[in-house]
Amino acid sequence: MEQIEFLIERLPRFLDGAWVTVQLTLGGSALAFVLAMVFGIMGTAGHWLPRAVSTVYVEVFRGIAALVLMFWMAYALPVATGFQLDDMFAAILALGLNVGAYGAEVVRSAINAVPRAQVEATVALNLSWFQRMRLVVVPQAWAQMLPTFGNLVIELMKATAVAYLIGVADLAAVAQQLREATGETVVAYSGALVLYYLIAQVLILGMRLLERRANRKLGRVTPGGGGPLSLLRPPSVGTRVGVAK
Amino acid sequence: MPPSDTPENTTTPGVEGDADGPLIVFDQVVKRFGDLTVLDHLDFSVAPGERVTLIGPSGSGKTTILRLLMTLEKVTEGHIWIQGEPFSHMRRGSALVPANEGHLRRRRKRIGMVFQQFNLFPNMTVRKNIMEAPVHVLGVGKDEAAQRAEELLELVGLGDKIDAHPTQLSGGQQQRVAIARALAMRPEILLLDEVTSALDPELVAGVLDVLREVAETTDITMLCVTHEMGFARDVSHRVLMFDQGRIAEEGPPEQIFGDPREERTKSFLKSVLDNGY
Repeated sequence: MEQIEFLIERLPRFLDGAWVTVQLTLGGSALAFVLAMVFGIMGTAGHWLPRAVSTVYVEVFRGIAALVLMFWMAYALPVATGFQLDDMFAAILALGLNVGAYGAEVVRSAINAVPRAQVEATVALNLSWFQRMRLVVVPQAWAQMLPTFGNLVIELMKATAVAYLIGVADLAAVAQQLREATGETVVAYSGALVLYYLIAQVLILGMRLLERRANRKLGRVTPGGGGPLSLLRPPSVGTRVGVAK
Repeated sequence: MPPSDTPENTTTPGVEGDADGPLIVFDQVVKRFGDLTVLDHLDFSVAPGERVTLIGPSGSGKTTILRLLMTLEKVTEGHIWIQGEPFSHMRRGSALVPANEGHLRRRRKRIGMVFQQFNLFPNMTVRKNIMEAPVHVLGVGKDEAAQRAEELLELVGLGDKIDAHPTQLSGGQQQRVAIARALAMRPEILLLDEVTSALDPELVAGVLDVLREVAETTDITMLCVTHEMGFARDVSHRVLMFDQGRIAEEGPPEQIFGDPREERTKSFLKSVLDNGY
């Protein structure tokens, strides 16, 4: 009972930390999303130059641990350039750059998976490259990107936990501080555990809503109806649309 | 190769700059995929408003001709001319060099294509499928494009499906929407690539009826690859029989279907009829 009281007493601090974790997650995801789209689409270009730029970005930032990148931005960058980033901003930048590299590969392969026949139809209608991407290819690839994007968002959210190492007061930092201050190791970490789990659940739910909407836009019907309960499991859609039989 | 004896079938010098001549000219066109020669020094031309049917065994190069005209493939050798202007190539000084994307975009504007597999965009309603290209490519106003989409859907007998999704339509309905989509771009040349081959037999007639109507009511130049010999006989001015990348025989449909002279044409027509087409 003592522990529960302890937990309830410190709940506001946990929630403050959770809020910072959510901010890191949303900021990192937004940056990762933009980078993934830009470099992913560049990776499908016909010209070698944008493809090369995309490859360099992906290979560089996929190969660097987010934690090391974060340390580098927080501690090495000021020494090297005299320019001090805000801790929060450095964390978001490191997470976004890292996860964006994975996302770019997801975008690239989803775009390449759009049937060639669809691209040929856009040629027959004389759409420009940009129009083809905007009106036909990206909207169709979107449904394919979302399940993997969902995983990346969860990964990114969990990776935010290292931000406390550069001094960001996130959920992990709160747990760490409470443990050190009170010695209540079990409660401090259990509280963080539960809150991380709850944040992940909300993110998963949001991604499933997006996925369902994307499938509906492609004329794919959610099997077994589309009630709220169906959000508890991942959608299974197998219909190939846009091509005959 | 057997030369076709139509008078407009001349080589490049007679074609260049001749806007009153044939609409489409293939001049010694070769298309190879690796070691496989699909079109072998092909010469032929199509007059404005002419409707030409291409027949022949699969692999004889018919579809490749349409794909070259739609710029989905590039010629290996030779040139394609449209309205007396280079199409597969562009002028650089006095030389012809392979066309770049900008040239192709300008020149393919008036060519439309209907595909065997329809290729409607599943992320758009029927209305959007028809409207988007006129709005974004031709710069037609949204209201005008929407009205035209309605008219075209009436023409193909699907006025009530304007808000449907492609996935909610049968194959035959999807193909009729695809025809409306191609027509919305007001093409001067319409390429039809085995447009009924992917359809269940009972849906074929509806699609062919729409195309008959288009043939009768417009002066669109049509190149049609088909196994529907009845349709070919009804709508085309000329039939080209292809074999191994060359024209084996050509003539008006009455002659090709009624009195084929080449052995290859006879055996091909027999095999098509035996297969119940």
